[in-house]
Amino acid sequence: MKTMTRKTALAALAVAPVFGYLATRKTTETKPATRPIRREPFRAGYFPNVAMQTHEGKTVRFYDNLLKDKIVVINFFYSRCGGLCSPVARNLAQVQKLLGGRVGRDIFIYSISLDPGHDTPAVLREYARNRGIGPGWLLLTGRPEDVELLRRKLGFTDPDPVVDRDKSQHAGIVRYGNEALQRWAACPGEAKPEWIAKSILWMDWPKAMKKGA
Amino acid sequence: MNARERSIWNAARNRRALIAARLSRRDMFRMGLLTGAGWLIHKNGLSAWASGGPPVSPPTRPFVEAMPIAPILQPVAMLDPPPQTEPLPGEARTRAHQALDRFPPTVLYESHARAGEHSFHPDLPTQTIWGYEGMFPGPTIVARYGEPVLVRNINELPDDNGGFGMPSVAPHLHSGHQASESDGFPCDFFEQGQFYDQHYPNVLAGFLREFPPNGDPREMQSTFWRHDHRLDFTAQNTYKGLAGFYLLFGSLDTGDETTGLRLPSGEFDVPMAFADKVFDENGKLFFDLFNTDGILGDKFTVNGKIQPYFQVHPRKYRLRWLNTGPARTYDLFITDPRTMRTVPVTRIANDSNLLPAPVIQDGVRLAAAERADVIIDFAPYAGQSLILENRLPQDDGRKARTILTPAGRGDALVRFDVVLPAVEDSPPLPARLLDLPTPDLSEVVQRRTFRFDRRQGQWTINGRIIDCDTVDVAVREGTAEIWTLQINAGGWSHPIHIHLEEFFILTRNGQPPPAHEMGRKDVVDVKVNETVQVFMKFRDFTNRYVMHCHNVLHEDHAMMLRFDVVP
Ligand SMILES: [Cu+2]
Repeated sequence: MKTMTRKTALAALAVAPVFGYLATRKTTETKPATRPIRREPFRAGYFPNVAMQTHEGKTVRFYDNLLKDKIVVINFFYSRCGGLCSPVARNLAQVQKLLGGRVGRDIFIYSISLDPGHDTPAVLREYARNRGIGPGWLLLTGRPEDVELLRRKLGFTDPDPVVDRDKSQHAGIVRYGNEALQRWAACPGEAKPEWIAKSILWMDWPKAMKKGA
Repeated sequence: MNARERSIWNAARNRRALIAARLSRRDMFRMGLLTGAGWLIHKNGLSAWASGGPPVSPPTRPFVEAMPIAPILQPVAMLDPPPQTEPLPGEARTRAHQALDRFPPTVLYESHARAGEHSFHPDLPTQTIWGYEGMFPGPTIVARYGEPVLVRNINELPDDNGGFGMPSVAPHLHSGHQASESDGFPCDFFEQGQFYDQHYPNVLAGFLREFPPNGDPREMQSTFWRHDHRLDFTAQNTYKGLAGFYLLFGSLDTGDETTGLRLPSGEFDVPMAFADKVFDENGKLFFDLFNTDGILGDKFTVNGKIQPYFQVHPRKYRLRWLNTGPARTYDLFITDPRTMRTVPVTRIANDSNLLPAPVIQDGVRLAAAERADVIIDFAPYAGQSLILENRLPQDDGRKARTILTPAGRGDALVRFDVVLPAVEDSPPLPARLLDLPTPDLSEVVQRRTFRFDRRQGQWTINGRIIDCDTVDVAVREGTAEIWTLQINAGGWSHPIHIHLEEFFILTRNGQPPPAHEMGRKDVVDVKVNETVQVFMKFRDFTNRYVMHCHNVLHEDHAMMLRFDVVP
């Protein structure tokens, strides 16, 4: 398995259960050694660098600390949500397992609360504990206007203003992207976790940008 | 000045220019300056984007450059290694060719997806796009029935995407009757440095059972297009330029105006690819990566140029109109700017199919991926100009509006200048074009209903979330089915495309379809609260195909279904 190249590994991924494949990759260092790709001016200033609080009680800058140079997975939720949030959270928990040790190293999952008034870091910590949310997956809250800005910038909106205002009908999609490579896409949060994990890996660093490649 | 301020400044500059010039509406129309809303540019160029609205493209002068016509892709003498049925060493293909031995390729091509330099307009900077052979639109492949083609697709895309795009591809031949492994099934994508052979047999449908060995002559098709179909990235990659024409000729539609149907041919047969785009404050092509509803451009390109002019001879032309998307629906009119009257066109084909008889139309409505071949006679307009305009306003990705803008107030796409010398014309159009088979409902073995919907921002079909690893529908090769396509809720419209076969529209909301939809199609625009019944056959090939919405933002967000044709 040590000599498996990335290409054959990907081919294996296409046919083998994702779980087993990923388990073999834990020791692979995948952080970019350099950043040869230049961000376009429009992209560089796109993401708001607002302050957010994590469920671990830390204050972080959205762009500088959470997005920059990372592969990220982003969704919106709120702790009192009675609808789609639970199945999506269950899926993301599976995704986290499937991605193995990479979550927290160069892949990060962010769930942003749409109910920041209620979802204080303490409430989110409790939520995380109940759901076994592990390292590398942050629940985020912040000032309501900052959360709203992120929601719009990240495209979790609906063109129907009535639907858009209704938290209980919030977008159930999961964004995945590689910020440095300017690669972004999204999939339904209710997709199969194996499928979501596979999609996230399309964002992986090109060979030339991996350490030791 | 930041991006947003620059964008507002651009809009204001556009409007100031309009006021300062003291132009009448008619002047503005002649100059190609108006849009549906009456502004110099659209107020909302691009989707329901972010806080404060979308970027507005910088101003560009209309009709300053000639409309280019994509070059014809030249075959190669040989491929090394030579094509074979089983996947070659190093080839990204995973399945054997189904029909390579039956229809051995006589024409070989290489098609490279690569970056290239492109100018959309002299008022905007030359910039890097992605295209087949680095061009947008890519070179046209001209093919003939009875001459099977093999295309070696090579992915030479760079890591640096210039802001959007995925350097991983699945080239699809849209309308082609070809085997699954050569179809550009969205999950058959391949990576940088890899290649993938596709076999296009250029054969009439029905060759396996009803009409061996060469298929049913009534199944003849004409105007195809090829575009990237990479799962989840089709919108970005086609918007970035990975699209082009593929024209198929045969014994009726011969490509020679002295034979067959004697349709205008050669330089009088003109493919025109429409694509609406947005440019950022620096004039670079912009794609909203965070939109899942449908992207609308405020600049209208034809064959890769914004609002070009096209010089023509006073005679008949065949124009092949293609809406490459991403999301907009057009209603195309040719307007005489002197009188503001509409010049009717004669429609001879929709999607890839000749109609049974020509249909005269004022407006030609095209949803994403739909095509119309029209005949227009420029002879009465020698020395004059005519303007092709889109009179269907659309404000967001959900659907077009229902009321047309008046003649002369649409978005000008092209100005036809009838300034070239008189030349010999093609003969009058025949009264009948193609005798179509009649759908035989007794062949129907299965009826299925598909509801296209949305659940909390997730696109669904029959409420299900789709992925490539799941077979949603299995159909039997050699059978026919009736598929009912429905939109019940949500205020959205979806142009639905089905791979492998052309279908007949049996009913639209319980009524027979209009004359121009009487032929066969492979895209049907299912509008808000509509129900469309189509008659599908599944012939000749097996394995996996897709049905999907061709609003490519919906498609990329899983409004797609995998159907497998089983033996
Ligand atoms: Cu759609």
